[in-house]
Amino acid sequence: MNKEIVFDDVSKFYGDVLGVNRVSLSVPPGITSLVGPNGSGKTTLMNLMTGLIQPSRGRIRILDMTPDEPEKLFRLVGYSSQFDSFPRGLTGYQFVHSYLRLFGFDRATCDEYAWRAIDRAGLREAAHRKIGGYSKGMRQRIRLAQAIAHNPRVLILDEPLNGLDPLVRAETIAMFRSFAKEGCHVILSSHVLHEVDIISDQVILMSGGYVVAEGNIQEVRSEIHDQPMQILIRCARPSELASRFFHDEHVVEVRLHHDRRGLLVKTTDPERFYLSFNAIALDGLGIESVSPVDDDVNSVYEYLVGSDEVTR
Amino acid sequence: MNPLWIPQIRAIVQLELKKTFFARRGLWIYFLALAPVALFSVHTLVELRLQGPGHNVSGIGQDTLVFAGVFQFFFVRLAIFFGCLGIFMNLIRGEMLDKSLHFYLLAPVRREVMLAGKFLAGLLASVVIFTMSTALQLLAVLWKFDSTTVSHFLYQGNGVSQIGSYLLVTVLACMGYGSIFLAAGLLFRNPIVPAAAILIWEAVNPVLPSVLKKISVIYYLKSLCPVSIPIEPGMAPLLALLVSNAEPISGYLAICGLLLLLLALMAVSMRSVRRLEINYTTE
Repeated sequence: MNKEIVFDDVSKFYGDVLGVNRVSLSVPPGITSLVGPNGSGKTTLMNLMTGLIQPSRGRIRILDMTPDEPEKLFRLVGYSSQFDSFPRGLTGYQFVHSYLRLFGFDRATCDEYAWRAIDRAGLREAAHRKIGGYSKGMRQRIRLAQAIAHNPRVLILDEPLNGLDPLVRAETIAMFRSFAKEGCHVILSSHVLHEVDIISDQVILMSGGYVVAEGNIQEVRSEIHDQPMQILIRCARPSELASRFFHDEHVVEVRLHHDRRGLLVKTTDPERFYLSFNAIALDGLGIESVSPVDDDVNSVYEYLVGSDEVTR
Repeated sequence: MNPLWIPQIRAIVQLELKKTFFARRGLWIYFLALAPVALFSVHTLVELRLQGPGHNVSGIGQDTLVFAGVFQFFFVRLAIFFGCLGIFMNLIRGEMLDKSLHFYLLAPVRREVMLAGKFLAGLLASVVIFTMSTALQLLAVLWKFDSTTVSHFLYQGNGVSQIGSYLLVTVLACMGYGSIFLAAGLLFRNPIVPAAAILIWEAVNPVLPSVLKKISVIYYLKSLCPVSIPIEPGMAPLLALLVSNAEPISGYLAICGLLLLLLALMAVSMRSVRRLEINYTTE
């Protein structure tokens, strides 16, 4: 069985409005984040994956299944959408339980699965209250409980951390990690870039309906050749270290850190930089640490799309 | 047939029945169904009060005629028609407006199975509400007569078969109008346009060409109604048009025709639900 989620030249238009255009992707298991501002096409991609909308062109395959076979697809896929509406009058427990009944499970199994999911979402105490009276965070959690209740192999989550308090947020991220560790796909969307950095194994950067980059964020960063890589070196004698870099033609800028205990180096060739740096480090300049400062999602997105888009 | 379909349909029916029977916004359907019951009850009460020397209650024959009129003009054409509009339009379009249809579409249920479950739930709800109403109306009509008259009407006259026919027509009306409004809910965003068009189509049925007549619900129902209303010479033309049944067909043909119409409409709905997209922002 193919373990990937594959988009093959997929486009979606809402009348004349572009949803996503010419998306070709292959998503491996692990945590994948869809990153982009509002209207960039994240939710459209998720709705396409789950068959809630159909592509105007192209094909999608989820672990060898197509989204137009819900009877097979949703045995393996759980989707926590951003739609904040629920069937009227149901309690949290009834919501998850009745969802499981649609799988054809008997009542005892539904009961067991429902409580397990509700416990994982941390909603046991509120489970018998009507969803109408839930806070935004609780509604988010009950949607999450619904999505994980049947133990899916693919978890699709639209802005799953919205409205969660820090403690629950940390627990939820840990839960995503445990799913990924078991070899599942966890595909989530977010516009909170620092969060994505912490969570993701790979990212899909989107802008205006197009995929602008995909893959491991460090790999994506190394492919951006027109923006020199920024590296922060913490050391005892930064001025002396700076003078050593002036001979390297790939170093385009060297700046002293404001606390004068570090150096910010911009290089167009990180590989050659690290080679020459290894030799310099042996000369006893009191080097404490070396770390790239612009290989995070925020910087990569800014380089690829522009700073206005990131904050939109 | 997939063995999972039955438990899935059962689960959908259970959920939908709760929503249909206990929805606050569906209260008007109960009022619509109970209006003729109230009418006949009041009529009976007034007649019983006036009963005495010099005033006898009207004969059972005359009352069955009055009942036939109310049943055909108001109950089938308006109460069941609009009741089914409220129940069946809500099944898909109402959930699109509530932004809650994705609950079903994110479950491992074939969309056709979901539609069948929803239709069945709507049908059960409408049949329970409107057959109860028909039964209560008949009870209210017969209430004022003494037991001998009633048992004579039921067992020596054709009372039992009349009651059976009215109940059958009620069930078939729910099936027919239900399937129409289920399809309309999938094909149209605004229910008022198709509802108005169907209401007019049903009203002008007697003057339609023979082929077009058959593409309606009222054509078949009229043929199944046990008591035909005589067209009096002074009757208003519109009323006469609604009453007339120029080409009546046999009961079996009427049932088969109605079932064929239902199957055709369900096929249209099934085809449409396969292509249905969730795009709540455009609703």
